This record gives sequence, structure tokens and C-alpha cells, in this order.
Amino acid sequence: MEEVLAATDRVIDAHKADREALVEILREVNDENGHLTRDDLQRIAERTNLPLSEVYSVASFYSLISLEPLGRHVIRLCQDAPCHVAGGREVREALEHELGIPFGETTLDEQWSLLTTSCIGACAVGPVMMVDNDIFGNLTPEKAREIIARYREADVQDVTPTPQGG
Amino acid sequence: MIRSNVLSRQKRVVLRRAGSIDPYNIEEYIAEDGYFALGQALGEMTPEGVLEAIKDSGLQGRGGAGFPTGLKWSFVAQQSAEKTRYIICNADESEPGTFKDRLIMEGDPHAVLEGMALAGYAVGANEGWIYIRGEYEMSRDILERAVSQAEELNLLGDDMFGSGFSFHIHVHAGAGAYVCGEETALLESLEGKRGVPRIRPPYPTVRGFRGQPTVVNNVETLANVAPIILNGSEWFRAIGTARSPGTKVYSMLGDVNVAGLIEAPMGTTLREIIELHGGGMKGGKAFKAAQTGGASGTIIPAEMLDVPLDFASMRESGAGLGSGALLICDEDTDMVDLAYVLMRFFENESCGKCTPCRVGTAQMLEALDRLRRGTARRADLERLEEIAKYVGVSSFCGLGQAAPVPILTALRYFREEFESRLRH
Repeated sequence: MEEVLAATDRVIDAHKADREALVEILREVNDENGHLTRDDLQRIAERTNLPLSEVYSVASFYSLISLEPLGRHVIRLCQDAPCHVAGGREVREALEHELGIPFGETTLDEQWSLLTTSCIGACAVGPVMMVDNDIFGNLTPEKAREIIARYREADVQDVTPTPQGG
Repeated sequence: MIRSNVLSRQKRVVLRRAGSIDPYNIEEYIAEDGYFALGQALGEMTPEGVLEAIKDSGLQGRGGAGFPTGLKWSFVAQQSAEKTRYIICNADESEPGTFKDRLIMEGDPHAVLEGMALAGYAVGANEGWIYIRGEYEMSRDILERAVSQAEELNLLGDDMFGSGFSFHIHVHAGAGAYVCGEETALLESLEGKRGVPRIRPPYPTVRGFRGQPTVVNNVETLANVAPIILNGSEWFRAIGTARSPGTKVYSMLGDVNVAGLIEAPMGTTLREIIELHGGGMKGGKAFKAAQTGGASGTIIPAEMLDVPLDFASMRESGAGLGSGALLICDEDTDMVDLAYVLMRFFENESCGKCTPCRVGTAQMLEALDRLRRGTARRADLERLEEIAKYVGVSSFCGLGQAAPVPILTALRYFREEFESRLRH
């Protein structure tokens, strides 16, 4: 347990366990591990002297903080009006079809999570999506499929190939 | 070719350096009059003098509401001397279709910092915070670098320019929540809490960050401050209209030939902006509607193409300038589908604190979904309109109050289109 929480403690230390930095602490621990566990929340609560319920309440409020494990790659497609009128709906359907899951879910092999996001301020090149922290613009259904294929290829070359094949 | 013509026609105050200087290099900013206004203010002007100059300039808040900036500052300056004051830069730009603040921060970060320091000097604040939305990682990186470069040269920090005045700036990232652009929700989030709005009054100018008097200004507003101090308020008043001096930065999108960021004097009409800066409608199609000010903005028809775009003129026409987003829609646009997508945004971003917004946005979305699918009856449309009015008047904060605006304005100008989708 202590080892698992070492990274969490480091983040808390960096912010001097300051209650005012709670959102930043949660976000940084989240980015470290992809999501927050109950143990993370518990540790943050103890060290910032806050009730667990309050830490949970803050963590559950923000869209960049996840209380569920997400896939190895997280797609966040902008679904707001400027991207929608630029062809976002077709991209949305192509992504669901390509990954075989509806928005809001993670593939069974835990490689991909498909989420939506509100505007990310890249409207001039809409429709746009974020894959992890990278932004891709001027999307078409074909381009979206190509991007997924590129990530799949890179994953196979970089690290252990996934038996399920993604 | 089209693009270079477009650029040469712009009047650039806020964006005059963006794109031409290296945002990572403070020396390029200084070489173009950077920190000159701050040095001049600290050396030759009193805080009251700076405040008066901003008041005289007629600068209005560029976040959407158009509140007089000098007046806001004076509310904070009036507070009792024992209180700690704060300057907050609202960089939580999340209004769909708006990306002007991102490009100002990434193109000319020191302009924002210098504006904050001048605000601090004017109202007696020694600390400033930039609340930047969580998704804008590059902006954050550029701003943090800019703060440390300015501190190294003593342009920010303790005893700046040897004047005895100190001003420190912190950069704070959000974690994804549209409602945090509302100033009191922003303050809650900055204090490490859920980003839900506070009751107003008391306004942040009286009780803001840490319960102390606080100026909350938008990025674009702050980027206007140094040019005003440098060139004088008369210079500023000569740009734009008498009631809304200066320029406005717009992010123009949709069915125009050249989408992107433009800066034009206040009072320029939408027709001029589309023709001169947008290179006309894409494919020569006819203009049908525009949404001004992002998702919470008004939908306006072709008859309003010649209304001057400034806060007062737009208000008198029943429209709003808002954040400066201009979504241009041609004759092929499905207004019912557009209304549905806009409401989906509000339903998703409602913070849940108050019932009218939490429940009302969900009910409006359901009604719009039935309309979109062609299964709605007349009663659904009547109910949509009724709920929209309730949500607008009874929601706790600006998010819920603005959520019905696109629906009600779309119904005002394109009612037949909604009626034609009813099931009989």
C-alpha cells in the first residue's frame, strides 16, 4: 500500500498539503495514474485534514479527474456546435464503429476510452479530438480511423503486443 | 492571398504583437514597448492616475458582460486599507467557439502580465492569480515561463523598477468545468473546492478570493490595459464607438472562407466582418444565421447583419456580443439540430447546484431531441418555450440564465422551422 501511494504523497508534498491546492493535487495524482483510487482519496483527505466526503465531492466535480480506470489511450471528441456543424457527427459515428463501443465506455481490452469533451478552443480546425494530450483537427471519418490505426501500430512496436489485438 | 488581405485590414491593439514575437522570449516583448507602460506608471503616475486613465478610456470587460473596467477597479480600490486585495485573470476560456484568450496568452503572454501588474498598482493589490482552464496546457507553460522571466528582470516581484511596489503572479490550472468561467465559481475552484457559483452580492469586488476584495478581469480586458496607459485614454476612445471604445477580438467560424481570429474596431458590422475578414460565405451560399458570443449567445438572422457589433447596440437589438465567438451558418443549416447540440452542452455543463438549471436543461434537451427526431407534438414545443423562460429567470448563475438564450432567439427568428418538425 505504502509503495502504491508514494507518488500520491509526492504530489501532496509538492503542494505542502495545502487545502487550497486540492484541485491541483487531485489532477496531478490523476495524471500520474490515469485515475484516482479510493486509497488516493483517503490519503489526500488525511493529509489535507479534510473529510473524505469533501475530497470525493471535489474529485467528482471536474471532467479531467476520473474515479474509474480508463483505457491506455483516452479519446476526447469535442461535441460542441462549431465542431458539430463542421462534420463532427460523422466522426462520432466513425469512432464508435471503429472501436466497437459507445461514447462513455472503455474497450474490454482496456486499450481505449471514448469520451466527449466540451470545446477545447481549437474550433478553427474543427472537428477536433484529443488523444491523451495531443489535439487532432480537421477530422473526417477516414482521418479518425487512420489516427487510431497509427496509435495501435505504435503500441505494438513500443511495448508488449496485446494478444487481443485491440 | 485571401488571408494576407484579411490581415492587412485589421486594426490590431490586443493582437499587435501576437504571431510576430517569440512568446518564450521576454526581450522581444520589451523591444516592442513591453513593460514600458508599467515602468512609466510606477515612475511617473499615482495609482489614482492609472485608475483614472482606465476609467476615462471607457474600457469594458471583454469576457462577455461589457462591465466598465475602471468602475470595477474603483470598487476594489475603495475598500478599507487593512484588507488584502487580489487581481484575478479569468483565463478559463471555455465558451464553445471561443479561442481568443488562448491565442492572446500564447502569442503575447507578457501583455496579460503587464495588465495585471498595472491593475494591481491601481487598486493596491500585491498578488495576482491566473486561473487557466485545465485543457490549455501550452498556454499554462508559456505563462509560467513568462512570469519567471519577468521576475528575473525585476519587472515583476518585489520592489519592481525600484519603486517600492511589489506584485507577484501565480498560475493556477483548472480541471475541466465550464461553470468555472463564472467569476464566483472560479473563486471557489481557485480555493480548491467544487466550482459552484456563490451568491452575489456580495460581489467579488467586496468579498472575493479568500474573502477579500478582488478584481476578476478577462484575458483580453487585461491585454488592453498597457496600451491605454502607454498611448492615453483619448487614443483608445478614438477607436471603436463612443459607447464601446477600442477593438474586439473575434473568433469567426463556420461557413465562411477564412475562419479564425480577427480584431476589429467596436461597431464594425457582422456583414463587414464576414465580407472583409471572412472572405465571404463559403461556396457563395446565402447567409442564414449567426450565433454571436458562443453557446450562450444569441442566434441572429440576416436582417441583423448591419447592426454595429458593440455591447450597447447589440443589447438594444435584443442580441449580445458575448465572448466574441461568431458562428456563421449558411442556408443549409438545420436550426433544430443546432439548438439541440447547444442544449446538450448546457445539460452536460450544468453544475447541479440549482434546480431550474439542473432539471430545466435536461427537460429542454428532451423536447429538442423529440423535435429533431420528428416525434414532438405542439405541446412539446409550447412546453419547451415555457421551460426556457423559467430557466432564464430563475437560475442561480449566468450559466442557467444564458442556457435558454439560443433556444429563445432561434424560436424568435426561425419558428417555422421548429413548427415544420412537429408531428401532427
